[in-house]
Amino acid sequence: MDRLMSLCVPSLNLRMHRSLIDSLEIQSCYLLSEHSCLASGFGSIHFVLLVSRQGKVRLTKWYSPYTQKERSKVIRELSGVILNRGPKLCNFVEWRGYKVVYKRYASLYFCMCIDAEDNELEVLEIIHHYVEILDRYFGSVCELDLIFNFHKAYYILDELLIAGEIQESSKKTVARIISAQDEMVEAAKEEAGSISYIIAQAS
Amino acid sequence: MASSNSLMDSLFQRSLEDLIKGLRLGESTFISRSLEEIRREIKLTDLSTKSVALQKLSYLAALHGVDMAWAAFHAVEVVSSSRFAHKRIGYHAIAQSFSDQTPVMLLITNQLRKDLNSSNEHEVSLALECLARIGTDDLARDLTSEVFTLLGSSKALVRKKAIGVVLRVFDKYPDAVKVCFKRLVENLESSDPQLLSAVVGVFCELTAKDPRSYLPLAPEFYKILVDSRNNWVLIKVLKIFAKLASIEPRLAKKVADPVCEHMRKQNVGKSLLFECIRTVFSSLSDQETALKLAVAKIREFLVDDDPNLKYLGLHALSIVAGKHLWAVLENKEAVVKAMSDEDPNVKLEALHLLMAMVNEDNVTEISRILMNYALKSDPLFCNEIIGSILVACSRDSYEIIVDFDWYVSLLGEMARVPHCQRGKEIEHQLIDIGTRVKDARLELVRVSRALLIDPALLGNQFLHPILSAAAWASGEYVEFSKSPYEIAEALLQPRTCLLPDSIRAIYIHSAFKVLVFSLGAYFSAQEPTSPPLAQESTSSGHSVVNGFTYNSISSLVNMIELGLCSLSGTIDVEVQERAKNVLGFIGMIKHEIAEKATSQNSETEAHRAIAFMEDVFSEELGPVSSTAQEKVPLPEGLELNENLEGLQEICREVLEPMAESDYSSDKVSFSVAKLRIRDQEEASSSLPPPLESSSLLAEHRKRHGLYYLSSQKSEDHNDREGNDNNTSNEYPPANEISVDSFKPKKKISKPRPVVVKLDEGDEPKRKPDASSSNDESLSRAIQTALMGKGKGKEKEKERVKENHEMNVDTENIEQSSRREKKNKKNGERSSKRSSRRQRGKEASVTKPVEVPDLLL
Repeated sequence: MDRLMSLCVPSLNLRMHRSLIDSLEIQSCYLLSEHSCLASGFGSIHFVLLVSRQGKVRLTKWYSPYTQKERSKVIRELSGVILNRGPKLCNFVEWRGYKVVYKRYASLYFCMCIDAEDNELEVLEIIHHYVEILDRYFGSVCELDLIFNFHKAYYILDELLIAGEIQESSKKTVARIISAQDEMVEAAKEEAGSISYIIAQAS
Repeated sequence: MASSNSLMDSLFQRSLEDLIKGLRLGESTFISRSLEEIRREIKLTDLSTKSVALQKLSYLAALHGVDMAWAAFHAVEVVSSSRFAHKRIGYHAIAQSFSDQTPVMLLITNQLRKDLNSSNEHEVSLALECLARIGTDDLARDLTSEVFTLLGSSKALVRKKAIGVVLRVFDKYPDAVKVCFKRLVENLESSDPQLLSAVVGVFCELTAKDPRSYLPLAPEFYKILVDSRNNWVLIKVLKIFAKLASIEPRLAKKVADPVCEHMRKQNVGKSLLFECIRTVFSSLSDQETALKLAVAKIREFLVDDDPNLKYLGLHALSIVAGKHLWAVLENKEAVVKAMSDEDPNVKLEALHLLMAMVNEDNVTEISRILMNYALKSDPLFCNEIIGSILVACSRDSYEIIVDFDWYVSLLGEMARVPHCQRGKEIEHQLIDIGTRVKDARLELVRVSRALLIDPALLGNQFLHPILSAAAWASGEYVEFSKSPYEIAEALLQPRTCLLPDSIRAIYIHSAFKVLVFSLGAYFSAQEPTSPPLAQESTSSGHSVVNGFTYNSISSLVNMIELGLCSLSGTIDVEVQERAKNVLGFIGMIKHEIAEKATSQNSETEAHRAIAFMEDVFSEELGPVSSTAQEKVPLPEGLELNENLEGLQEICREVLEPMAESDYSSDKVSFSVAKLRIRDQEEASSSLPPPLESSSLLAEHRKRHGLYYLSSQKSEDHNDREGNDNNTSNEYPPANEISVDSFKPKKKISKPRPVVVKLDEGDEPKRKPDASSSNDESLSRAIQTALMGKGKGKEKEKERVKENHEMNVDTENIEQSSRREKKNKKNGERSSKRSSRRQRGKEASVTKPVEVPDLLL
């Protein structure tokens, strides 16, 4: 029992490790040609990336079909371009015939890739919308919240966008849906959390 | 034992949080150890353990690029759990990792169907999200009826997502349109802003692919454009109209008013305002009021401090620049100012706009300013500048260039820009101008000489292409050179060893040309009586007198011999061969140069050899059309697709008659040159191999003369200038275009030299774009669906049919195509139908049926 408990209690003071740099770099890949044609998606947003200022990926969501290798290459290319841009420059980058709209919030860069003729300002609003929803959900969100609740960030994004299209413009509605889902999970967890249940399952 | 192991695994499983903490400690082997754990845990029967393992794997895959395709089956297992928490993890993993090729795709159809029919709206929404991401042809087909049901769901959450999924379903399975389209359209009238936003988003994407099919829906979209207050909805509707108006001009007129109204609003959101402007620029630019208003609004963007607005303002201007250049000219100060912005993106857009404003009056001035910018800029932008000058100036066979001497020297200047990496383009243009513009050759040779004699340039590999062009030009047009000796020396200087072998070969060949020219000039000066040579030198007609004395010519020969000696041992065969050719030639004539000074015998072997070589090089090279090869008619009896076994025979057949014809027919057409060559062959049967090969080249040029562009002879040239009054309309004198140049212009007194232009083939050919069959079937299906709309009885009939068979019904398409397809230029329609279509066409000449009257 003691061991179980100790596993559940965070033994690290995480905030101290904020600048700790993971030794694992994004796996690199040079196999793709420079102009490899990316398959086009169905909606207007092709992918969403969250990258920290140190170049750590915090969230990736792909609405167009990319292979794992392409994904790594895209992340590497884009974070190289975006992180090097100064603070007073515009928030758009032209990249392989697409546009990448990014915005920095504290230490995190939120990036979305769209078609060249899409509305960049609208995407900036979507990004801001997403950040506000995250903020409301976590209560003044910080990078660590997203690191440890990366799945929650996904679920919220899924309520905001479907197939690369914005589907919900009301912050309240998203918050309501997510909390309803959380309640369902919690209810089930209480039932399943008891040790006796686990043992019953196992034996 | 096994069960107790698994119990331990479930009890002491690392949670996702533990995994993340572990990763943050930065152990290098942590990921591989965790993966091992995950592989073990994911195989357990306990779904809780399995789902946590899957979640951890998803995390590693998303953020650390770990492959998770192997866990596809386990993801399907987790999804089948009855618990929402598990389902959510499972669907997330599936959406993240599945592709069309995932083998277990077939297994999830039933699970998706079950969840789509679930009474729990959150489970339905999970399934819909998953379908939106991974839907294959089969999934779309099998689940169409479920999506159809959900489109009418009373729960907004579900309905909204079902609308989002439709996009994928239509794309993968066009026949779904028949089932779902009506309900989708009904949602356009929904009062719920969320639903409206979703459905407009879908139509925006659909319209982008095939605008024509959605013209009948214009009234619905128009209503939204006027009524909606939601920026996101309005932006999407504007995008739809931008596409529709570009194919239906009358729509543009109708839409212009509400768009202007949106622009005039005081507190309109910037994103909406920008979309309005862009719509006007791209599709409504013929509506004067709208255009003026948009240009006025774009100025606010350009002077804004926000770099985003500045960038977008410039970007929007570049859309309209092609059609309405005045809009750019009105904002020229802002554009020029943006050239010194700190943001490279802004600078780039400004550069594009600046180049759009270039015309023949201001090209000199703008290029000068830009070259100054280039010198101060970072390498990337510097090359962008050089690149855009090159593109702008060479457009339409150098249309805007009047003073080619200036342009050639500008090209030379570019080579001196420290960061210049556009060698390839400059090389191409130098050679291109040399072949096309006779009057520029003098300057070209002068610029080439300056580049060649500068040993510092040889060290920069980006300049090697330029040097190769300079070497070629100074060899080919050596008659314009003031000092051939200097050029030969530059071509053979020791630092040329820094060049790649292919370019060295060009250097040697050019030196050869210089040598032949100099010897020719030397001999002809010695014997003014020799008629063909005298002709030769006057026909080149350039007054540069090369007073070659015995001393100067022999020092030239010695210098070349010395320079090439070391090269005859080079590994590269091309360099070696050319060096040996020249050395062989020198060996042949060297001793006779000395004799020449004393004896007056003009019929020496060396003399003939030189005359012959001069002849070889005398043919002028012209630009070759990119379609030249296609113009060569296919010779009779040539079978390109045949097996090559009979090659031996074919060769004999083709070659023999040709060889004969050389002696029979060619005599008439190329008398002088031909005779000389034959003289040569008869006189000395022991010519060195290089001469033989060059004689072959000469033969080839002569025989296929018609495939090379005919070089204009001097009298030709005069004729043309006389007749060229009509072409001069294309290049009006500078003082005529004063309206749309924005810089104070200089009067240019010099007439524009003749530029050799090809009728066609200057532009690379464009392939006709083929639309994919899938898109076509989708648009066909939608047109069918839309035709049913509004025609109650027919629709009922169709519905009945649909229930019987889901396949594309040709009758349906036919019915619709009568109304719909007149404007479509699909040549595939059968002749049987064409008569019926004809009737429809007659009725519609005045007004296409697609847009109902209330709009027009």
